[in-house]
Amino acid sequence: MITFEPQFFTERNREIDDGTLRAIAREVRKDILKMTTNANSGHPGGSMSAADIIVTLYYYKMRHNPENPKWEERDRFVLSKGHVCPALYSVLARTGYFPLEKLMEFRKLGGMLQGHPSMDTTPGIEISTGSLGHGIGAAVGMALALKLDKSDSKVYCMVGDGEIQEGSVWEAAMSASHYNLDNLIVIVDNNNLQIDGPVDEVMSIYPTMEKWKAFGWHTIEINGHDFKEIKEALNEADNVKYKPTMILAKTVKGKGVSFMENRAEWHGKALSPEQLKEALKELGEL
Amino acid sequence: MEKVSLRDAYGDTLVELGKRDERIVVLDADLSGSTKTAKFAKVFPERFFNMGIAEINMMNVAAGLAASGKIPFVSTFAIFGTGRAWEAVRQSICYPKLNVKIVCTHGGITVGEDGASHQALEDVANMRNIPNMTVIVPADDIETKQVIEKVAYTDGPFYVRLTREKFPRIFDENYKFEIGKGHVLREGEDVTIITNGVMTSFALLAAEMLEREGISAEVIHMPTVKPIDKELIVKSATKTKAVVTAEEHSIIGGLGSAVAEVLVENCPVPMERLGTPDVFGLSGKGWELLHYFKLDENGIIEKVKKVLERKEK
Repeated sequence: MITFEPQFFTERNREIDDGTLRAIAREVRKDILKMTTNANSGHPGGSMSAADIIVTLYYYKMRHNPENPKWEERDRFVLSKGHVCPALYSVLARTGYFPLEKLMEFRKLGGMLQGHPSMDTTPGIEISTGSLGHGIGAAVGMALALKLDKSDSKVYCMVGDGEIQEGSVWEAAMSASHYNLDNLIVIVDNNNLQIDGPVDEVMSIYPTMEKWKAFGWHTIEINGHDFKEIKEALNEADNVKYKPTMILAKTVKGKGVSFMENRAEWHGKALSPEQLKEALKELGEL
Repeated sequence: MEKVSLRDAYGDTLVELGKRDERIVVLDADLSGSTKTAKFAKVFPERFFNMGIAEINMMNVAAGLAASGKIPFVSTFAIFGTGRAWEAVRQSICYPKLNVKIVCTHGGITVGEDGASHQALEDVANMRNIPNMTVIVPADDIETKQVIEKVAYTDGPFYVRLTREKFPRIFDENYKFEIGKGHVLREGEDVTIITNGVMTSFALLAAEMLEREGISAEVIHMPTVKPIDKELIVKSATKTKAVVTAEEHSIIGGLGSAVAEVLVENCPVPMERLGTPDVFGLSGKGWELLHYFKLDENGIIEKVKKVLERKEK
């Protein structure tokens, strides 16, 4: 297991190579599948598409302190697409917010890891999410508060591509550029699949870049599984002034397991124990 | 009785709070002139956020501000704040118990000429049904000022319902508002009248008129609809054995429902509810509409007589 002391995370842009990030993300993907199969429910597909980005945020980019989740100088991460919390829970556990064993409490009665993120029960969760289209608005509020406090902390927020069908996402997008929130970075996890099928068939969100641009955002398009590109995009956002940044991350739903990739059916269904064995073999565990 | 503006009292109190505490921030959705948050905006432009005509986002942004240590007051018309934005209030404010104060004006039928689309007759029900939410319906300007000061420094989500119309002043400076407590304004033996908002002034009138007919009515002002003052309701109903509620709200889900829930579980006595029936409002002058729906002293007296008949059987 790759572990770091809590103080490792308290500065931004840490020395960590892409190979190490990839190895961590592989562990996170195994966690996602074990957690969801153990719970016999949850959302593995989108968790796998989001994993590399969340790993890069917590291990490379964000300033945070697993020993003190409410540390004032921390950067914030808001998971607006709350259903992919298995990826976030795994990263929080692995960076030291709570013991790894807790992952097996996911979705269990009395456990601290709710089916969707709850800031009341889980250290490291900045705001409770789950109902789509609300987290990004809360991220705007956090960014406004940080500006009022003249803090240099940043707010990172991940939204789903299906999620941006919610009108409230665009209300939030409009308000973020109106208030010149250059401390807000939104990452769209564009795996192009939602529960009912391909996003462009259910309700097209395209052209995505042009929409965010028209709303006054600085936009960057990347491959959401290429650590070099993720790092570069996050660093580019640091130099953008007076406007928020949207990173459109092209991703693959179910990334990392051949029989899960690009298949909508794995949106909200756990692998069977047999399928889990297959998948873990592919991810190099068995 | 002198008529006073609850929303002006709100705007003025916000400015006072803003002077004392930098954590106070205010959000509005393009109605700051009507909700009177414009008063705060003028003095503290850097702590006032106009969110445009986008109430869902306004609630979410308020949640984010609260999660970052601010004390956000959020205002718009009652129907938009509690209706359109309901699920943002539920998900982002109430579920995580965040310190957001939703203060809406234009509650009730006295919105008047704008008609059904703008008259919130469901707002108290909408907010009362969400866990962690406290719901308060003040009666006049003096109470409004105290409510706003109190909720600013009481942790958790609040909904305060104010109105467009001016209402009669019924309290003086000796009044002391407490969250979750009803106030006996007049003691009586034959019937208990429980009200809030504008209906409290009508209840006092009705009680005087009933006294002339030899009926002794106890009048309880119940500003906090949730959590409701169960103890006081049970105590009074045990004594009078007949209860009438009156509110400027649908009879479904508001004060009448909250009182009925307490009575039915603790001391079932005959009860009558006065409110708007299960219908939409309509255009007209505010006070005309109150009388049209019998939301006045005569309506209360009618309900009192009805409940007394049932009590005698």
